[in-house]
Amino acid sequence: MKVSEIATILEAELLTGCENLEMDVCSACGADLMSDVMAYVKENVVLLTGLVNPQVVRTAEMMDIKVIVFVRGKKPDEKVIEFAKEKGITIFITKHPMFIACGKLYSSGITGRGVWD
Amino acid sequence: MSDNIIRQNYVIPADDFSLAGEASSSVKKMLNQLGVNPQKVKKVAIAMYEAEINAVIHAGGGTADVEIGKGRVLVRINDEGPGIPDIELAMQEGYSTAPDSVRELGFGAGMGLPNIKRYADKLDIKTEVGKGTSVEITVFLQ
Repeated sequence: MKVSEIATILEAELLTGCENLEMDVCSACGADLMSDVMAYVKENVVLLTGLVNPQVVRTAEMMDIKVIVFVRGKKPDEKVIEFAKEKGITIFITKHPMFIACGKLYSSGITGRGVWD
Repeated sequence: MSDNIIRQNYVIPADDFSLAGEASSSVKKMLNQLGVNPQKVKKVAIAMYEAEINAVIHAGGGTADVEIGKGRVLVRINDEGPGIPDIELAMQEGYSTAPDSVRELGFGAGMGLPNIKRYADKLDIKTEVGKGTSVEITVFLQ
């Protein structure tokens, strides 16, 4: 599924990173604990989180995650958006809470799961 | 990659959690530029980032020494923090001594050391209570 389709499903607003909209995504990770995100290796993944601090972007950078969706309408500050822009990471905001956002993606076919390395 | 050894040293600053990870980011960039296999780069990046975060959370910062060459990447994170009284306990998933303020930022859930162990090919931790900790991560490139 393309990143742009994910944005449509989640009725998400794009904050930065339009260069990744045509990228394919096959799995997702919903977490507020960044170490949990890093415990699983996934490829072509979208990260859904309720945390809006710069370490979310840093974690995405380390994991080669190119798309972050902030759930429940949480908006990161300009510093975080700028940081993501520097790293080539796309940021969306959706008004949906975590459970609903994950459910919408899962029922649309994003069912890939991570593996222990 | 040639047989030359590349050495880099970084200071891990103490008091700005938002900046934590700069050293890992820089090493990741360098390994990518050297053409290292992306899976190996990810292993180094995640293990080093977790160790760097640990140094910020628990020890008021520290230093990172990185050596690339001889078919491996070696990362040594040194700190002069409180040390780890029970290393076996600290290696268990879910065990954490981090304060709530750190948990609110998405860390301190007791996954740092287990994640480092998961991604490192070799892990050597030397620690002394009251003196500090040295975490040595090796990732083999072949």
